[in-house]
Amino acid sequence: MPSAREMRLRIRSVKNISQVTKALETVSASKVRRVIQAVMASRPYAEKSWKVLLHLARQPGHESLHPLLNEREEIKSVLVILVSGDRGLAGAYNMNIVRATLQQFNDFPCPVEYITVGRKGRDMLLRRRKKVIAEFSSLPAMPSFMDVSPIGRMAIEEFTSGRADQVYLAYTNFKSMVVQEPVIRKLLPLEISHNEGKLTAHNVTHTTHSVFTYEPDQNEILNQIILRFTGVQVYQDILESLASEHAARMVAMRHATDNAMDLLSGLQLDYNKARQQAITNDMLDIAGGAEALAKATRQG
Amino acid sequence: MPIRCEIVSQDRQVFKGEADIIVLPGSAGVMGILPNHSPLLTTLQYGLITIRSKGEEQIFTVAGGVAEVQPDQVTILADAAENVAEIDVERAESARRRAEELLSKDIPRDSDAFLNLQSALRRSNLRIDAVRRYRQRKGH
Repeated sequence: MPSAREMRLRIRSVKNISQVTKALETVSASKVRRVIQAVMASRPYAEKSWKVLLHLARQPGHESLHPLLNEREEIKSVLVILVSGDRGLAGAYNMNIVRATLQQFNDFPCPVEYITVGRKGRDMLLRRRKKVIAEFSSLPAMPSFMDVSPIGRMAIEEFTSGRADQVYLAYTNFKSMVVQEPVIRKLLPLEISHNEGKLTAHNVTHTTHSVFTYEPDQNEILNQIILRFTGVQVYQDILESLASEHAARMVAMRHATDNAMDLLSGLQLDYNKARQQAITNDMLDIAGGAEALAKATRQG
Repeated sequence: MPIRCEIVSQDRQVFKGEADIIVLPGSAGVMGILPNHSPLLTTLQYGLITIRSKGEEQIFTVAGGVAEVQPDQVTILADAAENVAEIDVERAESARRRAEELLSKDIPRDSDAFLNLQSALRRSNLRIDAVRRYRQRKGH
C-alpha cells in the first residue's frame, strides 16, 4: 500500500484533472449551442437556393443544364473532402469519420485524392499514405461563410478542370448531444432528382411550371446559384461536423469527470483508512509505551 | 394584395415579411417588383433593395446575388445583405480607409487578395452611401 503522502499527492492530481475536464465540458456545451444556431441560420439560404435550382431544373427542354450537374460516364478519379477536428479529446469523433471514409474509399476502383479539413484527419490520412492534395486546418472556432468558401471553390475547380470526376464530402451529422453519425455524401455532380425528397414542405410551395424570364440569361443564373449552393452546402456540413465535435468532446469530458470522481472517492477511502490505521498504530505505541513504563515503575 | 418577400444570405435570414413594392438592383438595371409580376430570375448587382409596405420603407444593401420573382413571392439570395438601419457608419468608414490603404500598395492585380480587397472596398462604399442617403431621407 502506498504511503499516506503518496496518496495525498494522487488525490490532488486527480482532483485537478477533474477540474480541467469539467471546464472543457462546460466550454464544449456552450460551443455546441452556438454552432447549432449558426447551422439553423444558414438553413434558409440553402433551402431557398435549392428551391430555385429545382425550378430551373423543371424548366422544359434542358437535359444538360450545367457542367456541374452532369454525371460523367467514366469515373477516373474521385476527390474526398474529409471534415475532422483540429484537436483530440473528443472521444471517438475523429476516428469514426476517418474509419467510415476509409471503409468506403479504400477499395475504390479508381485513384482517390483527399482534401482534409482539420488537423486530426490530415494526420491520420498521411499516416496511412493517402494522397492529400490540400488541407484546411485551424479554422476559427466559429467559422463564417467567408472562412470556408475556399474549400468549396477548390472542390469545384478540381471537378470542372476534370482532375476529379466525382467529389464526396465526409462529415459528421449532428443528430443529438449523444448521437453523431459519420456521413459521406456526393457533393458533385449535383444530383437534382435524387435529393428531391430531402427538403420537402419548403420546396413544393410553388408548383408553377410557368416559364421564367431570365436576366441576363439562364446559364449565368444557374452558374451563380450552383456555385453558391455548393458553397453553402460545404459550409453547413462543416458547421454540422463542428457541432458534432463539440458534442462528442462534451460527452467524453463528462465521462472523464465521472471517472475522476469515482477514482477520487476510492482514493479518499483508502487514504482515510491509511490515516486511521496510522493513528491506531500510534495509539497502540503510546499505550504500549505507557504500559511498559508503568510495569517498570511498579517493579522498581 | 401584398407580395411575400424574403432576403436570405448564406449565414442568416435578413428579412422576411410582406411588401407592396420591392425595388431591386438587377443586373440589367434597377427594377420595381409589384404584385403579380411575371416569373423572373435575375442576378443582382451591388446596390440597394427598397421594400415598401403600408407606407413604411426599409432599405437593405446587397452585394450581388440572385433574385427569384414569382407572382406572389420574391426570394432574394444575397451574397451579403444588411438592413441600412443596422449599419455602423464608423466601422464602415474605417473599413473603407483600410481597404484603400492596402490597395494603394503594390499588390498583383490578378491575385485573390487584390480582388478581395476590391470587393471589400466596393462593399464599404456601398454601405456608406446607403447610410447617407437613408439618413437624408429620414431628415426630411
